[in-house]
Amino acid sequence: MKNPTTRKINLLLLVLTGVVLISLTLAIMVGSVSITPTIVWRIILSHIPFNPLGITSDWSRSQEIIIWQIRTPRVVLAILVGAGLAISGAAIQALVRNSIADPYILGVSSGASVGATSVILLGTFSFLGMYALSFAAFLGATIAVLIVFFLARVEGRISVVRLLLAGIAVSLVLSAMTNFMLMMTKEEGGIKAVIYWMMGSLAGAKWVNIMIPFVVLTVVYTILRLHARHLNLLLLGEESAVTLGVNIEKFRLLLILLISLLTGVLVAVSGAIGFIGLIIPHIVRMIVGSNYKFVLPVSALIGAIFLIWADAVARIVIAPEEMPIGIITALCGCPFFIWMLRKQMYSFGEEN
Amino acid sequence: MVYVAKNLTFAVQQVKILNNVSIHIQEREFVGIIGPNGSGKSTLLKNMYRILQPQEGEVFLFNENIYKQSSKVIAKQLAVVGQETPVLFEFTVKDLVAMGRTPHKRLMEVDTKEDLIIVEESMKQAGVLHLSERTFSSLSGGEKKRVIVARALAQQAKVMVLDEPTNHLDIQHQLQLMDLIQSLPITVITALHDLNIAATYCDKIYVLKDGEIAAYGTPFDVLTPTLLQKVFGVHAEVSVHPVTKKPQIFYISEQFL
Repeated sequence: MKNPTTRKINLLLLVLTGVVLISLTLAIMVGSVSITPTIVWRIILSHIPFNPLGITSDWSRSQEIIIWQIRTPRVVLAILVGAGLAISGAAIQALVRNSIADPYILGVSSGASVGATSVILLGTFSFLGMYALSFAAFLGATIAVLIVFFLARVEGRISVVRLLLAGIAVSLVLSAMTNFMLMMTKEEGGIKAVIYWMMGSLAGAKWVNIMIPFVVLTVVYTILRLHARHLNLLLLGEESAVTLGVNIEKFRLLLILLISLLTGVLVAVSGAIGFIGLIIPHIVRMIVGSNYKFVLPVSALIGAIFLIWADAVARIVIAPEEMPIGIITALCGCPFFIWMLRKQMYSFGEEN
Repeated sequence: MVYVAKNLTFAVQQVKILNNVSIHIQEREFVGIIGPNGSGKSTLLKNMYRILQPQEGEVFLFNENIYKQSSKVIAKQLAVVGQETPVLFEFTVKDLVAMGRTPHKRLMEVDTKEDLIIVEESMKQAGVLHLSERTFSSLSGGEKKRVIVARALAQQAKVMVLDEPTNHLDIQHQLQLMDLIQSLPITVITALHDLNIAATYCDKIYVLKDGEIAAYGTPFDVLTPTLLQKVFGVHAEVSVHPVTKKPQIFYISEQFL
């Protein structure tokens, strides 16, 4: 079996970038009010600071609001969350050298769920207003990751197996807490809101709340991409990594920090959207091989495309109501993944 | 002295695996470590390339204490070919060999033309250039071993440590691999299972038994019927190989005694 050449992968990156732009345009056009692609782009480009292209408005005020205030931030958030979860998944699979790991094994999603549930059902942090939910989710995620992290340390070193097991154990305890709150509440509406939140939604997207995810994603992606060599070496195992010059303790710490920061921030704005972090990296490795120099950018792009379309489907399929996006990612993503599993020879990190 | 281990003692839960072991290796020497199963060969090497840290003793590489240097500095001077090399994810041979350049690269640095030349040279030297686009998992055992040696070559280290490199290889590939390693202009320390291979290739041999050095010297000094009986518990006769003029060991099964 061969992996594709660098030239082919660069071409693939170019094509995927094009697909992201086209998907973005189409996803903005889709909806109860249909809008032409020209207007979509004229409105977007007119928002470049100082309007260097000199675009004059020939669209209505309501089009402006629908495009710029509602649909564009939502699609941009889909790109950020899709790309972010996909690269977190790729990174965590290198960290624990295990192909069934997803970024939530560090306890992020269950921790965030406890925070979100307490806001929705108990009104915690109500003084924070509309930011209470994101704040509580991020706080919950952070506390969960810290607990998992300290449980995973043995004599000052991080044990990968302990990290996995501690992640599972802590997640179970936190899920129990969420379920307890759900059991005890008398509000039917609250229960539905919590379930909606846990399955993820991009409906809360606004320009103000996508700035932090944007900055964090950019920083985390850049640092991971700079460490692509070291991620590759982690996949070879601890001994190879150390003898090829990786300071493994420091690097593991860095990865845990980056992954939990990124997934924590994403979960805080979009809820715990599943499957992307697990499946996208595998699909990518089937296409380009395991070299993280390529796995990271291709994962980011495919994750973005996948989530743009999942969100578009979530908006349309039972309109005027919205489907939680987690249902779409699982329903569409998994059959495709299973089909690829059957079709290709691919090593899921098993010994031959 | 290029590579020195001084009085290493290593224990796991109070059980001593290594007891006061010292190793001295000179420049360009080819040094073998032999000993029965469980005698501590791998543990000794792991202590020497600092995957394990001894409770007592020190290891010096080019007169510097290896436990006081960064992994990166060590990796420029010392290449390791471990015993098992499971590669669980798909990498091409070229990607794997290129990983040998890691200790020479800074974070921002891309692979330069020079790196590519070194990688290609290393693959050529190890006889795996024709496999460069294949994935590692699709290779045979002998090919895999040579790819890992190519990666070690790409590190351009002056010292190479190998842990039973000929394991699981057929005789042709064993000799090919050992010839390759011997032809390199570097210092080599290797654990070996096959005593005739050790006799053929090593300048000096350390014999380990129960975590202690039982003997040290040239193959002719060390590989004697008495020592083989004492350390390995086998009867053997040793004569001179008609072609190589190295010691040749003939084991004698109990039923012929």
